[in-house]
Amino acid sequence: MTSLSSSRLRRSIALHLFLTPLALIWLFPLWMMVVFSTMPDNGIFSPGIELLPHGNFIDNFNNLQRDTDFVGAIIISVGVAVTYTFLSVLLTSMAGWALARYQFFGKSVVVAIILGTITLPYAVVLIPQFIMVARDFKLANTWVALIVPPLFNSLGVLFMRQSFSMMPDDLFDAARVEGVKEWRIFVFIALPLARPMLAALCIILFLASWNNYLWPLLINSQPGSMTAPVALGTLIGLTKVSWGGIMAGAVMLTVPMLIVFVLLQRHFIAGIAAGAVK
Amino acid sequence: MRNRNATAYRFLTPYLLIFAIFWVWPIISSFLISFQATRTVPWRFAPGFNWGRLIGDPAFFNALKNTLLILVIQVPVMIALAMVMAVLLNSPLLKARGLYRFAFFAPVVVGEVAYSAVFRLMFSLDFGIVNKLLNSIGLPKVDWFSNVTPAMALIMIAVTWRWAGYNAIILLAGMQSIPEDVYEAATLDRVSKLKQFFHITLPLLKPVIVFCAVLSIIGTMQLFTEPFLITERGGPGGGTETLGLLLYRQGFRSLNFGYASAVAYTMAGLAIAITLVQLWLMREPK
Repeated sequence: MTSLSSSRLRRSIALHLFLTPLALIWLFPLWMMVVFSTMPDNGIFSPGIELLPHGNFIDNFNNLQRDTDFVGAIIISVGVAVTYTFLSVLLTSMAGWALARYQFFGKSVVVAIILGTITLPYAVVLIPQFIMVARDFKLANTWVALIVPPLFNSLGVLFMRQSFSMMPDDLFDAARVEGVKEWRIFVFIALPLARPMLAALCIILFLASWNNYLWPLLINSQPGSMTAPVALGTLIGLTKVSWGGIMAGAVMLTVPMLIVFVLLQRHFIAGIAAGAVK
Repeated sequence: MRNRNATAYRFLTPYLLIFAIFWVWPIISSFLISFQATRTVPWRFAPGFNWGRLIGDPAFFNALKNTLLILVIQVPVMIALAMVMAVLLNSPLLKARGLYRFAFFAPVVVGEVAYSAVFRLMFSLDFGIVNKLLNSIGLPKVDWFSNVTPAMALIMIAVTWRWAGYNAIILLAGMQSIPEDVYEAATLDRVSKLKQFFHITLPLLKPVIVFCAVLSIIGTMQLFTEPFLITERGGPGGGTETLGLLLYRQGFRSLNFGYASAVAYTMAGLAIAITLVQLWLMREPK
């Protein structure tokens, strides 16, 4: 028994000796993001090795705001992400409900199409989407352009279908016997029961919108209509720009999400893992 | 489950409407555009115009080569690493599990722009912390941005950092859905942990691994932000230009929608072909 537990101890030590450096390497870029955001520009571009935060965050933030209207961009990003999340959760849970709880003509076709789009690169729809939204609908540089086209998402629907189909039939049948309408059953019985899954979906969708880069870069390119990542991206590569400022922006985009991640880790992981586990 | 066409479609309509407008029509439209000369007004139908240019365009083959190179090296390395993370995070011997999970999963929430900016600073030639650390242990500086090989390596490092944890989450969830008693039986039969991994975990996890691989391949196939921001528009001299970047340059810098659509369809064709091969590889033996 002692030899067994000492071999366990040895294996445990080996495990930690391997995993700890790997974890530190993985945290390093995030740590450096915070460190850079607190250093003056001449500190970032100095020959010494600096691994600890300084006190220059506010100055850096002011430099960033001088280079681009970052606060304005953050307001757009928050507004768009909140609206997008609400609408997308509504759409995907309605569709997921229909696919989980009703038998209807063409169902297998709808499911097959949704599954098929998972493997289709977004690049295929990018150009026509752009032509349609910018030229035909004349909606470039508006919130609508940022919110509506990305509303279609396949993994969300499959996740909600999965969630609704795991609920027992008698819950809904009892209401039906009493003559409750289907949409009321959906809103007042099914949705409240799906709260944990809805939370997971909300987090994933909010994050997707918050971090979305390519589409907002193309469609909302006017200053004053840019999202925060796009505004920050325009500074990267400029010669006369405050890198401390860029890092302050990166921290403002990242740290709130890290806090949400820590607080709601369970939902986060459930949302990401949902695609794989049936 | 009840058969109700009208009710079902009432719930599905908003979703399907968005799908029809922003996906179905663009998929068709992009195919049609790829057969048109789009730099004349009005556009004119010219079936061989873009596709003919594509097969003779060195810039296309350069982007294709770079994309496939990243695909072939980065995706397997990342999935293997994600597997290592998942197995070790799943070990009952691990203490302070939450801290390790945070370390590996945190990059999942970091946006492409934010991390591209950090990687650019960390790897800069004279003032980058990576080169300073290399120097301090006696290794020479690496010029990550002016030479093709280090620049490609940098793109792969960045993408792996960003996505390994994401795949580890999916693999870990898959592992945790394998019933415990399978392992208990194996342990009673004195099967070593290593053998358990290769003979139980890996085969049972195959569908999940394929799912990760398919998602990663499609993601890498469209790689855009990292070469756009980290290596400055696919530099040095197109050395890290990807198909995603070529599409962006052709479509949105040169406003050559026809040619960009042909590039997009090439990406889709490749993604579908690779996915089908994967599905074929994991088919159930009859």
